[in-house]
Amino acid sequence: MISIEVKNLSVFYGSFQALKNINIKIERQKISALIGPSGCGKTTFLRCLNRMNDLIDEARVVGEVFIDGLNIYEEKVDLLELRRRVGMVFQRPNPFPLSIEDNILYGLKVHRINDPKIMEERLIKSLEAVQLWPQLKNQLRKNALTLSLEQQQRLCLARALAVEPEILLMDEPCSALDPIATARIEELMFELKKKYTIVIVTHNMQQAARVSDFTGYFLLGELIEFGETHQIFTAPADKRTEDYITGRYG
Amino acid sequence: MRGKENREKLIQLFLLTIALSAISILALISIFIFTEGLPIMFRHGFKKFLFSLDWYPSEGYFGLLPMIIGSLLVTAGAMVIGVPLGLAGAIYLTQFSSKKVRNLVKPMIELLAGIPSVVYGFIGVVILVPFVRENFGGPGFSVFTASIILGIMILPTILSISIDSLMALPPSYREGSIALGATQWQTVRMVLLPAARSGIIASLILGLGRAVGETMAVIMIAGNATALPRSILDPVRTLTSNIALEMGYVSGEHRQALFATGVILFIIIMILNTMANLTSKRMAS
Ligand SMILES: Nc1ncnc2c1ncn2[C@@H]1O[C@H](COP(=O)(O)OP(=O)(O)OP(=O)(O)O)[C@@H](O)[C@H]1O
Ligand SMILES: [Mg+2]
Repeated sequence: MISIEVKNLSVFYGSFQALKNINIKIERQKISALIGPSGCGKTTFLRCLNRMNDLIDEARVVGEVFIDGLNIYEEKVDLLELRRRVGMVFQRPNPFPLSIEDNILYGLKVHRINDPKIMEERLIKSLEAVQLWPQLKNQLRKNALTLSLEQQQRLCLARALAVEPEILLMDEPCSALDPIATARIEELMFELKKKYTIVIVTHNMQQAARVSDFTGYFLLGELIEFGETHQIFTAPADKRTEDYITGRYG
Repeated sequence: MRGKENREKLIQLFLLTIALSAISILALISIFIFTEGLPIMFRHGFKKFLFSLDWYPSEGYFGLLPMIIGSLLVTAGAMVIGVPLGLAGAIYLTQFSSKKVRNLVKPMIELLAGIPSVVYGFIGVVILVPFVRENFGGPGFSVFTASIILGIMILPTILSISIDSLMALPPSYREGSIALGATQWQTVRMVLLPAARSGIIASLILGLGRAVGETMAVIMIAGNATALPRSILDPVRTLTSNIALEMGYVSGEHRQALFATGVILFIIIMILNTMANLTSKRMAS
């Protein structure tokens, strides 16, 4: 089943075109990885899917992005609800300088979910989902900035999960982490894909090969190729993809 | 290597000396104020200074209560006007305005901070005093008028430091919040203001200090009467005005009484500062 369908998407920063006519269909409850050299537009693409590019004054988006059949670039779209449904985890862990509990409950408060029973339940559920609950259940009032980087990144993931999204966007979520922490986050992603559609940007091709079901290769703002990870890594259709994954790029 | 280490040491020593001399100058000033002001307070009793209403220093009446109240009223009034305006302005300029507007307004705010207080006082006398007199009654020279002018005078301090502390926050806080579906205003209220709290409180303390300490503008517009005000439209004299108005001609006990005024001013500022610091600590935990 298709969760996200992107049609003829282009993005301009001023007069610079960062994405050129992207077309892609992203499967529900699968992990799709986006790879490509620095500056090719992976982050820009990801930020189109929850309209975070709206925050950048000079960014202009042309084209259509359908999520469950609804074009999110239509006028009447409820942006706040869109961003609840499409959660995002950033490259550097960015917990708020609040307590662990307040970080998790933030999304609930923002969406006016005030029932103490639901709040308690979501707090536990989302911390459990990222395997932080056993470690942190007795220090929920502690400032989130005192956690290790890996814990912070898990917390950010839990914060996104707390509002019960359908899609998770991850922009190089492991780039600030060591290899062991990275491996653990990857394991977590396998767990999460049972419930969520995951789109992950990564610089690390092994990571893409390990975790993803589908892989897309971006180059200079173009989507060169998108297909099953297995096929992309063993028999890429495009010469440029092959050059990149065999390390001949550049 | 040796030479490098020695140079480090020398620089350290140099910086230490500068730091110490700055601190010791402050300490000396404080000691001077207290040695000049305390004896007379002991002689006549603290109660007389703090709680009696009559200020006729040449006849031995040293009641500073009207001035203490005057200072507190005018400062409180200035905060009531300056804090909401300053915070609202800082939030608007950092979160909602376009870059163009911000780049235009920020230098203007800094310019505002550089205007000498006598100019504010003059504007107060020429424009605000008659305006208050005609529209609200009373002599025009009043707590109310002084509060407005002082509120405007502390605006640049509150604005620019609050703006700096909001701008210093990593953009990732804002992005993280918006990405969860928060509105701009929720982001400001629930993430950015708490995160920038210490800087904002620092701006309020500095604004407070400026309001308590301001002298020239207050002398020009507050009316300087040594009686207790009955309403905010009555004139008052502040502690700082009291010193400035009389220091030109005093001698003997009268002179010491002005130092006693300084002692009380000093203590009030210490108390206000401590209170502000404590609230910020309480809010942090
Ligand atoms: N806010 C912006 N204003 C102007 N240009 C931008 C902006 N953000 C990104 N760009 C440009 O758009 C292009 C794509 O950037 P993007 O961040 O999407 O690349 P990326 O693939 O995520 O790179 P990286 O792997 O380094 O994260 C780059 O050339 C970048 O310089
Ligand atoms: Mg990127």
